[in-house]
Amino acid sequence: MDYALHLADNALMLGQRNAEWCGHGPVLEEDLALANHSLDLIGQARLLYQWVAEHRADGSTEDSLAYFRDPHAFLNFTLLELPHTTALAPSARADRDYAVTIARNFLFSSYMVLVWEVLQYHPEPRLAAIAAKSLKEVRYHWQHAADWLIRLGDGTPASHDKAQAAVDFLMPYTQEFWCEWPAAKHALPDTQDMQTAWWTMVNEVLSEACLRLPEAKGHVTQGVHGIHSEHMSYLLAEMQSLARQHPGATW
Amino acid sequence: MSQNEHANEWPLWEVFVRSKQGIEHKHCGSLHAADAQQAIRMARDVYTRRQEGVSIWVIPSASITASDPADKESMFDPAKDKVYRHPTFFVIPDEVGHM
Repeated sequence: MDYALHLADNALMLGQRNAEWCGHGPVLEEDLALANHSLDLIGQARLLYQWVAEHRADGSTEDSLAYFRDPHAFLNFTLLELPHTTALAPSARADRDYAVTIARNFLFSSYMVLVWEVLQYHPEPRLAAIAAKSLKEVRYHWQHAADWLIRLGDGTPASHDKAQAAVDFLMPYTQEFWCEWPAAKHALPDTQDMQTAWWTMVNEVLSEACLRLPEAKGHVTQGVHGIHSEHMSYLLAEMQSLARQHPGATW
Repeated sequence: MSQNEHANEWPLWEVFVRSKQGIEHKHCGSLHAADAQQAIRMARDVYTRRQEGVSIWVIPSASITASDPADKESMFDPAKDKVYRHPTFFVIPDEVGHM
């Protein structure tokens, strides 16, 4: 069940991050696209949280899992909680960089296409059903992100440099996709082929985008163990504050 | 807006969506996009997120030639009193059934 929680936390954190563009998108059409993607991701998170909550049978609900856990209890990849900025930003409120948004969506959706493809055949029917639904959604997220990455990378010198900086900055965080931890090992026994397929997918799009494929090296983040970046608690504070101030509030 | 600012804008596209029940694509609006492929993608997000459709067409708005609204009277008014152009004066034989 830790793996289902991890998948849910991934979806919720990226959904929450991308929702920051709602009302602030670079153009109206992208504003709507990103909001659609966030709703897809939050929908996936809900299905998974509901499942985890039922399994725990300790009074947990999808809301308690989303709104009443502290940062260390979240098992998402660190990549997904980062703000939309490249370098170490002075605050999570620094100007958002759309290249970071697109690069992250691309790297993560490339990975999730592969993960959901495997999980749609999982022996647990509930997980298989969630995977089959999510696969359709994430394939579209991938198309959207790959299309934009190619446009930015093969665009103007300024858009190329920003896209390259975003990919360079985010790539080390993708090492966490392949780290071995018990729950993931159980759900995805063999990530070797998946890793090869992922690098091929990423490389093909980056070369079409005239972008250099950076190495994934350096510090390996530990989000799946609940050890998060400094950005995590700000993100959760924004997301959870309403539910915590008005527990049990309904529309 | 100056002409230069217009030059930097994405071109306008007209969007046509075919609904699940529909046979023809119906015009549902327009949007700005850099090219046709992007216009399709954006139309998906702007116009079909509530399950409105199963197929999308886009065409550049610039390639539509429209009738001049100023010509409306001479174009359309003359048809007003020509009711005999409707095929409602024919008696349809029973054997033909519903038409």
